[in-house]
Amino acid sequence: MMEVSFMSYILLAIILFSMGIMGVISRKNIFIIYMSLELMLNSINLILVTLSKHFGNMDGQIIAMMVIAIAAAEAAVFLSLIVSLYRLKHSINIDDYNTLKQKGTL
Amino acid sequence: MSSYFLAWIVLIPLISAAFLGILYLYSITVKKISDKVFATIAITAPILSFMLGVGFFLGLKNGASEYIYEPYIWLGVNDYIINMGFLGDKLSIFMVLFITFIGSLIHIYAAGYMKGDDGYGKFFSYFNLFVASMLLLVLANSPIIMFIGWESVGLCSYLLIGFYFTDPLNVVAGNKAFIANRVGDLGFLIGLVYLFFYVGKLGFDYSALEQYIDIVPNHILVIIGSALFVGAMGKSAQIPLYVWLPDAMAGPTPVSALIHAATMVTAGVYMVARFHFLYDLIPNVGLFIAYIGAFSALFAAVIAMKQSDIKKILAYSTISQLGYMFIAVGLGAYSTGLFHVFTHAFFKALLFMGAGAIIIALHHEQNIFKMGGLRKRLPLIYIVMLVANLAISGIPPFAGFFSKDEILLKAYKHHEYLIYGIGLFTAALTAYYMFRLFFVTFEGKNYTEKKLEPLSWSMKAPLVVLAFGAAFSGFVGLPKVFSNTNLIDTWLGNWSGVSIHAEHYEEIIFMGVSVIAGLIGIAVAYVKFFKYDFSQELKEGGIVYNKFYIDELIDFLIVRRVRSLSTFISVVIDDGVIDKTVMSLSNGFINLGRRVGRMQSANTRMYAFFMLIGLSSFSLYLIFKLGQ
Repeated sequence: MMEVSFMSYILLAIILFSMGIMGVISRKNIFIIYMSLELMLNSINLILVTLSKHFGNMDGQIIAMMVIAIAAAEAAVFLSLIVSLYRLKHSINIDDYNTLKQKGTL
Repeated sequence: MSSYFLAWIVLIPLISAAFLGILYLYSITVKKISDKVFATIAITAPILSFMLGVGFFLGLKNGASEYIYEPYIWLGVNDYIINMGFLGDKLSIFMVLFITFIGSLIHIYAAGYMKGDDGYGKFFSYFNLFVASMLLLVLANSPIIMFIGWESVGLCSYLLIGFYFTDPLNVVAGNKAFIANRVGDLGFLIGLVYLFFYVGKLGFDYSALEQYIDIVPNHILVIIGSALFVGAMGKSAQIPLYVWLPDAMAGPTPVSALIHAATMVTAGVYMVARFHFLYDLIPNVGLFIAYIGAFSALFAAVIAMKQSDIKKILAYSTISQLGYMFIAVGLGAYSTGLFHVFTHAFFKALLFMGAGAIIIALHHEQNIFKMGGLRKRLPLIYIVMLVANLAISGIPPFAGFFSKDEILLKAYKHHEYLIYGIGLFTAALTAYYMFRLFFVTFEGKNYTEKKLEPLSWSMKAPLVVLAFGAAFSGFVGLPKVFSNTNLIDTWLGNWSGVSIHAEHYEEIIFMGVSVIAGLIGIAVAYVKFFKYDFSQELKEGGIVYNKFYIDELIDFLIVRRVRSLSTFISVVIDDGVIDKTVMSLSNGFINLGRRVGRMQSANTRMYAFFMLIGLSSFSLYLIFKLGQ
């Protein structure tokens, strides 16, 4: 089995995180934004696990497991929110949700 | 008699006032309660207090020196403690006796006078509160507790003067009384603060004050004495704070009787007598008080000569008589001053109640020049008013003669000849204006043919009792020539001040001079007014009729200045400075908000970008800062 270096895990996590950020910032589709968010979450998990392995301490892995569990619960809430948002406006374009925009002058 | 009952002298009318107030609210909101219930409760309270007062009087007579009851600590800060204390000594029980006695009679009279009034219950609630406040004032054993009563009396006078509050003029009169009293009370308060500053640490009840008053430097005593006297000026209507008293006639007549006879106006005289240990040390301030009293007496008498409103005449006569009392207490003859308070209470209550009876009988007519010829139609009122007039004019053997004569004698013996002269001249004026009122009202050609309103027994009975008082109350203070024991001087032994020796022949000469002065006044009034013809037009006008334009002067000097200051504050300071600051602040926030609001573009991705920038810069900061 090929030995994979510690730094390459970190590098992968950084790449994944950056992709997530770019996704959140540049995409309009709510689903894509959500997927990007999950991607960022998981890149952090990866870092936690890697560092845990590297330092021989199990804390990071425990936290990663917890993050996954909470992310699952969060996914349920998030998806149901998206469904109700869609029912409201028949759109999953983030730019259509601008109710809180300041209109005109005070 | 247990000193515990001292508190009940005050508490009975106080509880009764509260109960009547609640009952009145119940009466106007839920179910109508008969006037009789209110009147019965209201009259019972001062009578019970009077009976307690008699009990203490007998106790003191049988040798008790004083009663002190201190139920609880009213105010305690560290080791400084003011007790809620009641002091029943000879002076305060003396005051209690005539306050409750005359107060009870006025209550009975008011039960008839106020019959059918919408605010019957309210009126008696205030009335009982008034009596309770006055009793607290005289029974307090420290100036602080006295001040509670002092202020409550002012409050009650305000409530009662403005009793018919639907008429704006009455409200103005009530306000005037309250504000004039306020000015006086400020002086009183300043005096108390000074006193407290110098001797408060050693205890602040009268006995402690009397003991430690010596440690106060003399020039501070002068300030304290003058400041306290300013309070007395306000309460007892002396120059220059007398202006509220004539206007206080706006209230119902029993209120005037209560204010002028039993309560309120005597508070100032009582206060000076109570602080006699202080005023004894500063005879110059005492002399000042005596001169203020003398000028008030003369000034008010001159104004009273030209008035046509029956109650206004009596109001000015009260100021005038109070002037006499201040002459006495100012010269250190406290018991003489209190003697005049005592006799004055009888004849002034009688005068007011008689005037009230006339006013009711004539369907609320107050102008004496529209009365006339009432002698045959109101014979009882005629007799009692005659007694009261003789008493106030100083004709022996009626009450006012003895007290007024003693004051004049004391003034002369103190070598204050100017005060004596003013007092004597004022006595003549008093006889003149009182008999002017009397002749115009009861004699003269019959002017009013109006049918008279019948008077109820509850209005007549107190008049008869008071008439006896006005006729005979002077005998408690007989001069030495008639009797060796002057009951008032014996009773108020501590307050008799410097003893004065007068030979018997001197006393007789002085009496003769006073009587002649009174008779001259009556004679002039007889000539001018006995056969007064009402058909001729009454000339109203002149400087005296307009009360020397004092009200206008005060209006010009003070009221308008205060008003323009208020306008200045309202327009320049409030609108120009405060409003501008506040408005520019809030406008600034609005503009700032508008600018910040532009960032709320509802572009979610932009928000995410801002977040990224923020988080990144913060992370970078942490990395470089902590990485070192």
